[in-house]
Amino acid sequence: MRWLLIVVAVVFLAVFLLLPLAVVFGSAFQKGIRFYLNSLSEPDALAAIRLTLLAAGIAVPMNLIFGVAAAWAIGKFDFIGKSLLTTLIDLPFSVSPVVSGLIYVLLFGLQGLLGPWLIAHDVRIIFAVPGIVLATIFVTFPFVARELLPMVEAQGNDEEEAALTLGANGWQTFFRVTVPNVKWALLYGVILCNARAMGEFGAVSVVSGHIRGLTNTIPLHIEILYNDYQFVAAFAVASLLALLALITLMVKSIVEWKARQQLAEQATASEETRP
Amino acid sequence: MSISVRDIRKNFGHFTALDGVNLEIPDGQLVALLGPSGSGKTTLLRIIAGLEFPDGGAVQFDGWDITARSARERRVGFVFQHYALFRHMTVFENVAFGLLVRPRRFRPSNEQIRAKVNDLLRLIQLQNQAQRYPSQLSGGQRQRVALARALAVEPSVLLLDEPFGSLDAKVRMELRRWLRQLHDEVHITSVFVTHDQDEALEVSDRVAVMNEGRIEQVGSPDEVYNHPASPFVFDFLGNVNLFHGRVDNDQTYIQESATGNLVFVRPHLLDIARQPDGPNHFRATTKHINAAGPVAKIEAVTEWGAPVHIEMSQERLRDLHLVKDEVVFIVPRKVTVFPKHGAS
Repeated sequence: MRWLLIVVAVVFLAVFLLLPLAVVFGSAFQKGIRFYLNSLSEPDALAAIRLTLLAAGIAVPMNLIFGVAAAWAIGKFDFIGKSLLTTLIDLPFSVSPVVSGLIYVLLFGLQGLLGPWLIAHDVRIIFAVPGIVLATIFVTFPFVARELLPMVEAQGNDEEEAALTLGANGWQTFFRVTVPNVKWALLYGVILCNARAMGEFGAVSVVSGHIRGLTNTIPLHIEILYNDYQFVAAFAVASLLALLALITLMVKSIVEWKARQQLAEQATASEETRP
Repeated sequence: MSISVRDIRKNFGHFTALDGVNLEIPDGQLVALLGPSGSGKTTLLRIIAGLEFPDGGAVQFDGWDITARSARERRVGFVFQHYALFRHMTVFENVAFGLLVRPRRFRPSNEQIRAKVNDLLRLIQLQNQAQRYPSQLSGGQRQRVALARALAVEPSVLLLDEPFGSLDAKVRMELRRWLRQLHDEVHITSVFVTHDQDEALEVSDRVAVMNEGRIEQVGSPDEVYNHPASPFVFDFLGNVNLFHGRVDNDQTYIQESATGNLVFVRPHLLDIARQPDGPNHFRATTKHINAAGPVAKIEAVTEWGAPVHIEMSQERLRDLHLVKDEVVFIVPRKVTVFPKHGAS
């Protein structure tokens, strides 16, 4: 029975996870390394990479700040509407990314709520970089907050209150007491948030307008290449995202391993010294 | 520094945690807030610390109203029940924290901080554990670190929330003697919360007994134990037998009736005799005799079926040759009577 289960799990993983990964890299290098590098360094691809880095570079720090603030507020304080806020944080998870994108189109688009005003003031959000950044922020909002919240709630208020009675101000308490206690969860949340920010397709696709070299992110660029029957080039660029996924997994494992090691060290040490 | 608490009220939703509490704590005293869980003692302590704010009333330090001041400004040392040590800092860093977070102008030099922390570590006898992390210490050691950390900032008052609550019995005993000694040396006004009557009576100069958001009685350990002001205090401080009785010409008669007054008698103030003795006595049957420990404990059942606990010296028990299931006379030596409506 045990072997059966293991075999089923391994076969499933191989077919659905490892095989596609192998195919991605296999297809990417089908026409040799030179073609692979050319696919990555042509102007449109470079522009897509740049835009993806920019969107993630803005979305991740923003969500780091929002996530910490939200987790802190929910975990440490009682206020009216707290459960509503908790539910709202999960909204981007439960809503289809396409809908997330449409929200921005309806808000800032030509026929949208704020559309006429934006046009009058010559501000472009939809089919431009700001829209892509906004959509990315929206879909990646939950990651940091979700990772932090259980940690913050489990740790309670004691250490912060202790810091307060010892004369520490809010910032000192935050940076010297709170952050060190949640740093692994924080790092993990940032890693996941970054992976999603770079890989997001649906929401960004709706607001982007697919203007080559201007509003294409890596996933959108891959789609265009694929639709143009440039399969090898599409896979070459796709291999970047696959690589990002692998790096994310690796960093995540290291972070988890580090956190566990620290816990185990402290646990065994306390076993030894306890009378 | 003296603390005075004036008519403090505090609600959590529909729950009344404190219902008009008044308390005066003279400078340099060690005062225990004693009460069952939910009596409001921890809330009162947290309000004194500035970690919680009252809905009404005032807190004064040395006559100054500090009700609106934050915990940061009050310069109180607070020791938490579960230590609340900074888990990612060593013992040394924990104790030094309060000095390191001071604005640069008021911050001692690194040498001064090191000297001060080392002094405190010597005081709590942990100078060899300075580089350890809290998780590597025993419960008693952690609590001592928490105390040293609170003392490092030279607080004007020391507040301790169930300081020995999560320690095992032996360490508790050691640590509370140590706290008493420490207080005799440092003489800082201290308030500690406990639900353990022995702890309160042994350690403190004065005890404030709390129940349902009110202070029932404040007094020296001797006063509250020997002259309890209410049935609650009597019941809460030490074991007690509760009877009903009537009072005639200053003489109390314990009897079965559920009417009349409430009569409290401590187990060690009940005597056992073979013959009726004095005007007030009643018959009971011994059910269990426990001769282990410094005093012998006897459980009996009265003629009307109520349980009675009696304590006597081992010598007295030997002289009596008491056996199980024997019918004896029980003679109260000292009783305390409260009118019936005073009890809940």
